[in-house]
Amino acid sequence: MKRRQFIKKTTLSSLTALIGTEIVFGEIMPLGYEPLALQDPNPFKMFNKSKEMVVLNNMPWNIEAKAHLLDEKITSNEYMFIRNNGKIPKHVDAKNWAVTFDGESVKKPKTFTLQELKTKFKHYTYQLTLECGGNGRSEFDPPAKGNQWTVGAVSCATWTGVRLRDVLKAIGIKNDAVYIGYHAADTHLSGDPKKEAISRGVPMTKAYQDETLLAFKMNGKDIPLVHGYPLRLVAGGWPASASGKWIKGISVRNKVHDGNKMTGKAYRVPCNPVAPGEKVKDEQMCIIESMPVKSLITYPKSGAMLALGEKLKIRGHAWAGELEVSQMEYSIDFGCTWNNCSIEKPANRLAWQHFSASISFPKKGYYEIWARATDSKGISQPMVLPCWNPKGYLNNACHRIAIKVK
Amino acid sequence: MDKHDKFKKSVKVIHKGFLLIFSLLGVITCILFYAMIDPTFLTFRTADTSNYVVVEEIDEDLIENGIHVRTGLIDAKGLMEVVNNCTNCHSAKLITQNRMNKERWEATIDWMQKTQNLWDLGKNEEIIVNYLVTNYPPQKKGRRLGLTNIEWYDLED
Repeated sequence: MKRRQFIKKTTLSSLTALIGTEIVFGEIMPLGYEPLALQDPNPFKMFNKSKEMVVLNNMPWNIEAKAHLLDEKITSNEYMFIRNNGKIPKHVDAKNWAVTFDGESVKKPKTFTLQELKTKFKHYTYQLTLECGGNGRSEFDPPAKGNQWTVGAVSCATWTGVRLRDVLKAIGIKNDAVYIGYHAADTHLSGDPKKEAISRGVPMTKAYQDETLLAFKMNGKDIPLVHGYPLRLVAGGWPASASGKWIKGISVRNKVHDGNKMTGKAYRVPCNPVAPGEKVKDEQMCIIESMPVKSLITYPKSGAMLALGEKLKIRGHAWAGELEVSQMEYSIDFGCTWNNCSIEKPANRLAWQHFSASISFPKKGYYEIWARATDSKGISQPMVLPCWNPKGYLNNACHRIAIKVK
Repeated sequence: MDKHDKFKKSVKVIHKGFLLIFSLLGVITCILFYAMIDPTFLTFRTADTSNYVVVEEIDEDLIENGIHVRTGLIDAKGLMEVVNNCTNCHSAKLITQNRMNKERWEATIDWMQKTQNLWDLGKNEEIIVNYLVTNYPPQKKGRRLGLTNIEWYDLED
């Protein structure tokens, strides 16, 4: 966007009024120069994202993928959704980056530099599914407040780092430890330095899992800034907000962590099911832990047309929070009949699984292909919206694409 | 009479003198005032305008097809109150994405005041809430909407 250079202009305006004539050189500026503050930031360039990604919000930055963009088995940065609660840190000094471990339940507070974390502890790499708790929010009725995610706030990249468990064991944790909470370098939208943009966490059982990492690499490279460079907590299978970016501190708490977005209604759903639109008291809201079973058809893109007699090959991914997907089905008749897809084993625990199927159509016409995953406990995705909740979390309704047979 | 004319003349001269002195003082004040804002103003500069372009004037509050172009908000009564109070901390996209009734827009404002450092909106609150309820009311979606905006294409093998 080209915008008038009006910083100088406004300071000149009082003078203009005094003199009663126009000051001309406020109107000109060097060729090719645009004042930094007035530049229209191009998020696709700034974050190396595909131009097909959808910007939901630019303050703070929130960007989602579309189903067909997530076709890769391992999500690359180009198609990874961005979810921010605050402002991305401006000055990241990875060389002097340090993480302080404190809280009621550490034997003694301890600070490790990033370099020490990298050299003192063994490295592990896992492919981990990170899905925003509010993915699918746009479908709830009555609508829920917040970014209106459709289907694209999910990714499954590989993350390399040290196990949080190894670091906590080295520090020494008391027996009364209940929860860990992270502290990060992003800043609150209001600019208030006393406020944290987000400070969530997980119970000790999740913190101690093999796959819970303090990660410094994503897909084998430094983590992109917008995804948490230089250090990110990664807790796969849980709302991605538990995977704090730009980690500066971990507090080991003797109670459920009470940082920003842990309390009230944030990342919580009613403990007991409620009617759509029903008011729910804060005490009746329970923290979301494992994400529910879900799947996405990533090929073909919705809207494909083919000739009668041609077979349609579909593929996609399915995931189930802490669990594994045990069955994957598709329907071309709005759920009257279901057929099995083949489904691969996950690359490791908490990674999404790939499914595929080859479909024949009985006659010409309009079809929808609906996909339904079932987890290892026998729980399936619903075809309609799951239980309504005030903040619009956990929509795991079946994904579908439109097909025409000519 | 002669004396009176002489007196009139000298008053005119003094008046002119005063005018001159004051306008000179005015100009000097202006120059000094400007130098205070832009100290480089008083240093000599070579006037090279070959590398300069005239920047096109863009209306900050341009309305096109009923939409306030800069923010994407619907042009309606209360627009500027919303722009001025609601787009400082967060994007207008957070408004245009959402659909709420009066009670819930009010609750949202209340929440922002309690936790997000939003100021007291005074008499603008009513204007803002009315704007939001009128232009961004909830839409009925039921338990599942049909697929819309399908872009049809021939699938290549």
